[in-house]
Amino acid sequence: MSSEAIDDGTGRRPPIPRTNFLASIGSVFLAFLGATGRLVLFALMSLASAFSPPFYPRLVLRQMVNIGYFSLPVVGLTAIFTGMVLALQSYTGFSRFAAEGAVATVVVLSVTRELGPVIAGLMVAGRVGAAMAAEIGTMRVTDQIDALTTLSTDPLRYLVLPRLVAGLLTMPMLVLVADILGVFGGFLIGTYKLDFNPSAYLTRTEQYLQTMDVVSGLVKAAVFGFLIALMGCYHGYHSRGGAEGVGQATTHAVVSASIMILLFNYLLTEAFFAR
Amino acid sequence: MTEVALPKIAIRGVTKSFGRKRVLDGVDLDCGTGESLVVIGGSGTGKSVLVKCILGLLRPEAGSIRIDGVETVGMRRASREKMMQKCGMLFQGSALFDSLAVWENVAFGLIEGRGMERVAAREIALAKLASVGLGPEVGELRPGELSGGMQKRVALARAIAAEPEIIFFDEPTTGLDPIMADVINDLIVKCVRELGATAISITHDLVSARKIADRIAMLHKGRIVWHGPTAEIDRTDNPFVEQFVHGRAEGPIRMEVRAA
Repeated sequence: MSSEAIDDGTGRRPPIPRTNFLASIGSVFLAFLGATGRLVLFALMSLASAFSPPFYPRLVLRQMVNIGYFSLPVVGLTAIFTGMVLALQSYTGFSRFAAEGAVATVVVLSVTRELGPVIAGLMVAGRVGAAMAAEIGTMRVTDQIDALTTLSTDPLRYLVLPRLVAGLLTMPMLVLVADILGVFGGFLIGTYKLDFNPSAYLTRTEQYLQTMDVVSGLVKAAVFGFLIALMGCYHGYHSRGGAEGVGQATTHAVVSASIMILLFNYLLTEAFFAR
Repeated sequence: MTEVALPKIAIRGVTKSFGRKRVLDGVDLDCGTGESLVVIGGSGTGKSVLVKCILGLLRPEAGSIRIDGVETVGMRRASREKMMQKCGMLFQGSALFDSLAVWENVAFGLIEGRGMERVAAREIALAKLASVGLGPEVGELRPGELSGGMQKRVALARAIAAEPEIIFFDEPTTGLDPIMADVINDLIVKCVRELGATAISITHDLVSARKIADRIAMLHKGRIVWHGPTAEIDRTDNPFVEQFVHGRAEGPIRMEVRAA
C-alpha cells in the first residue's frame, strides 16, 4: 500500500500536495538541515587540508592583503562616521538627564564591543565575500576548478583554505583599526562640536575601558572573518549555470554572510555578556 | 566489442544520472596503451560526463573504471591526486587560470602538483610553449590577452607539460576556424606521438576525429552504439554512425528540442 502511495507508475515520487502544510514545513526543515550539513562538511574538509602538506603561505598572504589592506578605506571611513554619529546621538540622549560626561565611555564601549566588528564585518562581507564568490564561481563555471584537480591540486586546499585562514587572521587587525578610527570619530565630534575638553575626553575614554571589551570585539572579528570567507567560498564553489549562476552565488554569499554575522554577533555577545 | 589486450583504461557498466536524467547508461569501453580513441556523438549525449567520470571529477552511480588495472571509482583523495599525475586534460574552454601568467599556467602542475622549483618549471613551460608554436614572449602574457586559438595551444602545452601517460581532449577544435582547428589537430597528433601517450578525445567534429583517432566510438543516449577503427567509420552500415557522418536529420538519432 505504501509503495502504491509513492509510485505513480513512472517510478517518480509524486510532488507533495501544497495543501499538506506539515509536509511543507517538514520539507523546508529537511532542506535547511541538508544545506547546513553541506556547509559544515565543506568547512571541515577545507580545514582538514590544513594538517598535511602542501601548504600555500603565499596564497594566504595574498588573501590577507586583499581582505585587509584593500578593505581599509571602506572600513576606516565607515568606522569614523559611525563614531561621529554615535557621539552626537549619545550626547542627545544623555544631555536629557545631565549625563553628557558618559559620551566618551559609551562611544568607546559601543565601538570596541559591538559596532567595530559588526560594521567592519558587514562592509567586508559586501566587498570581499562578493569578490570571493564571483572569483571562485567564475572558476567553477569555466572549468578552472576541474582543471586544478586534473593538475593534482586539491581545490579546497588551494582556493578555499587560504581564504578561510586569511579571513580569520585579518579581520581582527581590520577591526582594531576600525576601533581606533571609530573612537577618533567620537573624539572629533566631542571636542570640536560638543566642546569637551580633549584631555578629559581621552581620560574618560580609557577610564572605563577594559581589556575584555577590546578582546571580545576581536574574537567576534575573527569569527566574522571566517564566516565571510566561508560563505564566499561555499557559494562560489557550488555555483552553476554561467553568468547567472555566478551572480546568484555572489548575492547568496553577501546575504548569508550578513545574516550569519548578525546571528553570531548575538551568540557571541550572549557568551561574553555572562562574564 | 573487440577485446583490447591489457587496456590502459577499462570502463564497464558506467552509469551516471543528474536528477531524473540518465546521462550514461551502462557504458563499456576499453582504450589500449598508446592508442588514440575518439568518442563522437551529438551534443548532450554524455561525452563530457564520460571523461569527467574517468578523471574522477564526477562519481558514477554504478560501474567500474580501471586505469592500469586499478579501480578508480570511489578512490580516496590522496590516491586520486597520485593517479592524476598520470593524466593531462585539455578542456573545451581551455580553462586557463586568469590570475596567472601563461607560463605559470603551463608550469602549474609541475610547481603545485609535483613540487618542482619555479625556475626549472619555467624552463619546461617555455619549451612546451615552443613545441606548440608559441614564443617565450607569450609566456609573460595573461590568458585574457590571447586569441581563442592561442589559448587552446597554451591549454595543450599545459596538458602535456608533465608528460602524462594519458591525455584527455574535450572538444579540442570547437569554436576555432578550420585552419586553426587543423593546426590544433596536428599538434595533438604530434604531442601524443612524441609522448607515446594514450589519448581519449571527445568531439563532434568528424574532420578532427578522422585526423587524431586510431579508433572511434560513438556514444548515443548514454551507450556506446558503435566502435571500430577510424577507416571503418565511412564503411559501416550502423544507422547511428551513418546518420551522424552524413549529418542527416532523419534517422534513429532524434534531436531533443525540449529539455527532458
